[in-house]
Amino acid sequence: MADAAHTPNEADARAQFGAFAFSAENKKTADIYIGRYPAGRQQSAVMALLDLAQRQVGEETQTQGWLPVPVIEYVASYLGMPYMRAYEVATFYTMYNLAPVGRFHVQVCGTTPCMLRGSDDIMAACKNRGLVKGATTPDGMFTLNEVECMGNCASAPMVQINDDNYEDLDYDSMSAILQDLSDGKQPKVGTQLPGRHTVEPYGGATTLQAMVDKNHDYRGEY
Amino acid sequence: MPKVTVDGLELEVPAGATVLQACEMAGKEIPRFCYHERLSIAGNCRMCLVEVAPGPPKPQASCALPATEGQIIKTDSPMVKKAREGVMEFLLINHPLDCPICDQGGECDLQDQSVAYGRGASRFEENKRAVTEKYMGPIVKTAMTRCIQCTRCVRFTEEVAGIEEVGAIGRGENMQITTYLEHAMQSELSGNVVDLCPVGALTSKPYAFEARPWELKKTPSIDVMDAVGTNIRLDSRGRAVLRALPRINDDVNEEWASDKTRHAVDGLTHRRLDKPYIRKDGKLVAASWAEAFDAIKANWSGDAAVIAGDQVDCETMFAARALAGSSMLEGRQTGLAYDTSSLSAVNFNTTIAGIENADVILLVGSDLRREAPLVNTRIQKAIRKRGAKVFAVGPVTDLTYKVEWLGDDLSALAKAPKALADALKTAERPAIIVGGGALRYEGVHGAALAFASKYKLVRDGWNGFNVLHFAAARMGGLMLGYAHDGGIKALAAKAPKLAFFLAADEADYSLFAGSFKVYVGHHGDNGAHHADVILPGAAYSEKSGTYVNLEGRVQRGERAVFPPGDAREDWAIFRALSDVLGKRLPFDSLEALRVEMFNAVPALGVEGLADYGWSEPTLPSAVNGKIADYPIKDFYLTNAICRASETMQRCSAELVHGTQYLEAAE
Repeated sequence: MADAAHTPNEADARAQFGAFAFSAENKKTADIYIGRYPAGRQQSAVMALLDLAQRQVGEETQTQGWLPVPVIEYVASYLGMPYMRAYEVATFYTMYNLAPVGRFHVQVCGTTPCMLRGSDDIMAACKNRGLVKGATTPDGMFTLNEVECMGNCASAPMVQINDDNYEDLDYDSMSAILQDLSDGKQPKVGTQLPGRHTVEPYGGATTLQAMVDKNHDYRGEY
Repeated sequence: MPKVTVDGLELEVPAGATVLQACEMAGKEIPRFCYHERLSIAGNCRMCLVEVAPGPPKPQASCALPATEGQIIKTDSPMVKKAREGVMEFLLINHPLDCPICDQGGECDLQDQSVAYGRGASRFEENKRAVTEKYMGPIVKTAMTRCIQCTRCVRFTEEVAGIEEVGAIGRGENMQITTYLEHAMQSELSGNVVDLCPVGALTSKPYAFEARPWELKKTPSIDVMDAVGTNIRLDSRGRAVLRALPRINDDVNEEWASDKTRHAVDGLTHRRLDKPYIRKDGKLVAASWAEAFDAIKANWSGDAAVIAGDQVDCETMFAARALAGSSMLEGRQTGLAYDTSSLSAVNFNTTIAGIENADVILLVGSDLRREAPLVNTRIQKAIRKRGAKVFAVGPVTDLTYKVEWLGDDLSALAKAPKALADALKTAERPAIIVGGGALRYEGVHGAALAFASKYKLVRDGWNGFNVLHFAAARMGGLMLGYAHDGGIKALAAKAPKLAFFLAADEADYSLFAGSFKVYVGHHGDNGAHHADVILPGAAYSEKSGTYVNLEGRVQRGERAVFPPGDAREDWAIFRALSDVLGKRLPFDSLEALRVEMFNAVPALGVEGLADYGWSEPTLPSAVNGKIADYPIKDFYLTNAICRASETMQRCSAELVHGTQYLEAAE
């Protein structure tokens, strides 16, 4: 992650988050997650709990949240596992942020299908709004990252912003989404193409056409 | 027992063996980096690829593949050769070509295997990745760009050392091995990752840029830093021992050694006594051997007391006994006075390897992690592999594994708390380990023996009664009669006119205020400060010696280098002194001395476990009071050699006392 933001100073993080603890509500959720695993295997819940902790940090800081060292340690001791093991998990998965992010974490997919379908335009739309790869905008609104395949190739190009996917984008629709977000409006989630619902073939089926209306036995036609 | 065919050779392998092990049994060499016999299987280096039928038509990692009936394994087919070349080429993509400045050079698995199995050239023209160095403490030096991510160090620290502080962070090309937030590894065994590292990523910090392996003379020896009797190899060049490495001995140290064993050797060249001294007007003045002997002769009256230090070999103790007589001998410097009428009652009877099989272990006043780190790893293994339960009486301390603490009140021995009693009821192989922290209290020895008979710790084919010593000389000393009734205090009460101190630096010299004190030892430490005459002797690296470890295993080490200056081997000092005192000892060589010693104590003549039989002395068993603390306060500074060692002092400052050292500016 050459373009990842630098993890803040450990001492600062300890000063700010040293007293971190799950909120009553999150504690309840955490215990539900832990309860899903047999006794003695509560460490298996580490990923869910790290995510929960990250979201709580997000709420506390009005951002998308990140995992400062003392928070990782809190989760580790909550599960009775060595700090190092939790730290390994937190550094392995890209959904855990090891540096603060803005209110909206814009993750642009740049993998081949999205790139062929125009992810460069999406990136350009972000750049034109002042977003910089691997950094947060000065107003604390947007953090931009380029990520690998998010599994939405059928509706490429796509971005993930916080927990939502925005698909079938182009320069204009991406700009509009960013504008809506900074205006405090919720843009339409999912595909941005009119008339498309999910990832069904756009403009009608091109294969298995005989099966659109009724069942059809293709076996004789092989 | 599956039958497999390896390169046309049919053989039967034990059930559960892997393909790699089957190939080794067939005498085939399989290159590997991540696989290690004593660690769990990771299967991530891919160097051990072989062709296996039936199976997918591609090379398979043999270390992680179980051998099954009827497998046909090929280790020399063109496919295997190509696969190995490919893996090696990939491994070398990011490995720097800095062998000329790498300390691993000459003993590097990657170097050797790339010569043996590599392609000879790389087709990679991009940039290599570079990784910043990681701080791992005063023992381990890192050059993480060289790391090939075999994760042996991660698995060792977790599975053997029991500290989960080392791990792999990041993913893919950004994966890096590091300690948690780059803190120093808090382990007595951290030096072992240096041996485990197949490349030069983790090398020894104290030994950095000292020597190349082919320049060194290698001498098999026995470690004297604790009573485990770690089998070591001393690597020396000229007159200096440059490093100590463990030798493989599955009964004692497997292939590990503690940091003290490895890195106290730089203390062998500091603060040495290299000429005799005589105290004149309260000051020690250098003298000749003849003057020193004459000074002793003036105080000689036919017998003398001998206090043996913690690191003395049996030959020295025997020679001293032959000269001084056997009525005033003591080795337990710190004042322990347990009964020694039955050696089996003060022995580690379960044996070091045997404690792995215990299912319930009670520690009484023994801080195993500091007193015998390699016994501690065995218990760690008993817990991990066999689910053993460990209870402990004594102040709470971190032993690296889960312990049920029963408080520090010794009454737990007389009346076992319910949890312990319940566990013992169903235990098949229960064991008790009594440490020096408890033995100093009256009645504990008897109470422990009573506990052992109450819960039948000694049963058919199993002896679960153990006393843990932590002085290398202890069991040998006890076999040679270095135990006075009532301990060192009772001995001092006899007010001997002349007292020899064999490298005894832990003794309370004020007890011997009226005696003429002769210190025969190698370091200018506590003992030398109080002596009236100093005779410079040899350290363990400078003499061939017999040592008996805590389980009664007789082992012999060889001389690696010569003592410095005028110093001589200790037995020869006593032989020369005997001439002056008019009581000529009947041996002129070490061989002759050994013949005499074996005649006196036949058990010392046979290398291996001495058989003490099992007999229980009847001892008072009333106990009360609490275990106040453990005898070892600072693991890194327990004897004269470590105290003279810069490395050990640094370890002590940093790991025990938490001093922060700033890295030198690059």
